[in-house]
Amino acid sequence: MKPIRLIIVAVGGQGNLLAARVLGEAAMAANIPVGMSEIHGMAQRGGVVESALVLGDAKSTIISDNAADILLGFEPSETLRALNKCHANSWVITNTKPLPPFTVNIGKGTYPDLTLMPQLIQQKVARLFTLNATELATQAGNILSVNIVLLGALTATKALPLSSQQMQDAIKKTVKKAFIDINLKAFALGEKAIKL
Amino acid sequence: MTHKLLTDNPGKSELMLGNEAIARGAIEAGLRVGATYPGTPSSEISLNLFQISQETDLYFEYSSNEKVAMEVAAAAAASGLRSMCIMKHVGLNVAADPLMTLAYIGVKGGMVIISADDPLMFSSQNEQDNRYYALLSGLPMLEPSSIDEARAMTKYAFELSEQLNEPVILRTTTRINHSTGKVVLDSILQSQKKGDFTKDPFKKVAIPAVSRNLHIQLLENIEKAASLSESSQWNITTGDGKWGIICNGVSYNYISDAITELNIADQIRVLRIGFSHPLPSKQIQAFLKACERVLVVEEGEPWMETQVKALAQEIECTIPIAGKSLEFFSRLYEYTPSKVRSVMASFFNVSDTKQDPLSLNDLPEIPGRPPNLCAGCSHRAAFYAVKQAAKSLDVEVIYPTDIGCYTLGVLPPLNMADYLICMGSSVGTGCGFSKALDKKVVAFIGDSTFFHSGIPGLVNAVFNQHQFTLVILDNGTTAMTGHQPHPGVDMSQWNLDNFTQVSIEKIVRAIGVPHVEVVRPYQVNKTIDAIKAAFNADGVSVVIAQEACTLVNKKRKKRAFRVTDKCQNHRVCINEFACPAFYLENNRLQINPSQCVGCAVCAQVCPENAIVPVKESS
Repeated sequence: MKPIRLIIVAVGGQGNLLAARVLGEAAMAANIPVGMSEIHGMAQRGGVVESALVLGDAKSTIISDNAADILLGFEPSETLRALNKCHANSWVITNTKPLPPFTVNIGKGTYPDLTLMPQLIQQKVARLFTLNATELATQAGNILSVNIVLLGALTATKALPLSSQQMQDAIKKTVKKAFIDINLKAFALGEKAIKL
Repeated sequence: MTHKLLTDNPGKSELMLGNEAIARGAIEAGLRVGATYPGTPSSEISLNLFQISQETDLYFEYSSNEKVAMEVAAAAAASGLRSMCIMKHVGLNVAADPLMTLAYIGVKGGMVIISADDPLMFSSQNEQDNRYYALLSGLPMLEPSSIDEARAMTKYAFELSEQLNEPVILRTTTRINHSTGKVVLDSILQSQKKGDFTKDPFKKVAIPAVSRNLHIQLLENIEKAASLSESSQWNITTGDGKWGIICNGVSYNYISDAITELNIADQIRVLRIGFSHPLPSKQIQAFLKACERVLVVEEGEPWMETQVKALAQEIECTIPIAGKSLEFFSRLYEYTPSKVRSVMASFFNVSDTKQDPLSLNDLPEIPGRPPNLCAGCSHRAAFYAVKQAAKSLDVEVIYPTDIGCYTLGVLPPLNMADYLICMGSSVGTGCGFSKALDKKVVAFIGDSTFFHSGIPGLVNAVFNQHQFTLVILDNGTTAMTGHQPHPGVDMSQWNLDNFTQVSIEKIVRAIGVPHVEVVRPYQVNKTIDAIKAAFNADGVSVVIAQEACTLVNKKRKKRAFRVTDKCQNHRVCINEFACPAFYLENNRLQINPSQCVGCAVCAQVCPENAIVPVKESS
């Protein structure tokens, strides 16, 4: 299989690594070769967390600039920051709900104007899907399920050769038992939020 | 429940983090004794082995530093047990002393030394290339390229060690440790229960007369290792083209993908080096003879390249051999697949398949998101108190700091870090600055780092009567690397027996530090007063700031604080304390109740007493 390269960017605490793990397990179960890498030096201390997933016939587990086929952003300003990872044929799926950095919160930085974001991204890449994943996660019963909402959205775009069922099985295998129901609900809400 | 890495099901495939795969490899090899000092990117190896040690015969310890960890493992291996010590690259500097002479003494049971290097310095103070330690010590070295290979090579490393009676260095980089991939499980060997030590002092006590013989033995062992490297399954030649690539580690993955993308498989011949010290000289020379030109692809220093060129000289081979030397590759940072592909395209003179970069000039400026000390972090409270106390001095203060979460104090508005070299350096450099400058010196060190290498510096400060203040930021854990234990931790809180908690205060007093203060940094005014008293003391003074790490403190009841109308917008809280739970709404300070842990420090900082607890009922 020709490699598909996916970058996930998030703020520490948003569940990026768990999302990557779910995708990895789903790929394993589907017999698709998968390699992943992560950089999470200080995730618990509010930094950026980046995961890379390479599905298909490739050995590298990291993704160069302009080489990501899909960018999944858990936070809109982080999606913008990671656009250098994309190329003209990339698909971008992003949460629209901001999580401003501390400097912005205390008036020592400016958060980008998001009204222009969809247009800016659309001009540069092949497809853009946006959703308020934070709101959907709250609707599912736990704001922490924002990562699984976004996996639902990613699955619904059919950008990856992984079915809804394969993803749900991987969620059941990966998340803590007590959170399976909420996460499956979150996944379904994410799927529904995507119009192809 | 059985630990997931103990699954005894050979042939089964599992998704594993590189560090899990290394731990699994050690378990498959029948590891009996393991020791570590935590350090990214190696930490998850130890995390898993420590968990496993709670339910098997494996003995695993968090040692006070890497030198001790290596000595613990060395003694176990001298007793015939399979042992491993695990550290990050700079940790091997600390353990370099035992490493160099352990190579002379050798081992009986298999011993593996994990050196986790960190090119690009994702979480390290330098990006030194630890392959030189293999050359320096003479020890054999293995370097995996994939996650499954990390498992298999770890297992093999124990066999190799027993074959040669030498410890084996398994050298990884961050992209092995923190990558995830498929691992095929192999069978688990039973570990040997009891060690057996044969007394033989004229081979095991490194006095000059003995070591002169042991050095001969080491050179013989290097020869033996060289012949094993020649026929090693880990040194693989593929392809039969005339364009040669010699590579190691993750670079092998990047060149493999690039060969496909550039469509040059027919022209290429690859030598992937996995058993990298000693290098397989004859194999390399045969490879050179078959090629018209050779590119050496290795992150870090030109470690292989230099040796390959020397080997070429021996056989009077004059083909172009490039790598770092002709500026194709840099000695800086880690490689990326596209960097490697573009150098290959250029060296072999084919066109690159590069994707055009997007034009991003019209993107708005995106604010940075640096990591920050947590809401409620006691280090922030201690830094604030030191800063207030420093205002009472009429000289500038120099702040040597150390390695841990508190290094983040370098960021504004705290700005509490002026000098840092390595673990423990705050104390030794505190001694030096106090002699070199007519300024006040206040050094910071964490609890785990104090045990690791801070104590000798403090002994020195007392003996030589240095004049500075050392603030020991004691949060009761090794927080930065993921909350591992250290000798000052009360292990009974995790229901773990057979540990004795070592008191930092008793150590400091026993050394003879003339002025010692123990404070709770959440008590702001008391802490400021105690620090002022320490500043005014003669000789070295120590302030121990004790407050549990907020990420692990389960005991404290969380009660959020809020801002009342009494707030006059002085913003002392934001400008001098800067807790990440703060935010501005309509230009007024607010506190995010989901982040606030109720440490109440901001309430004490506020000049108007405008910050109060949220009422229980509301």
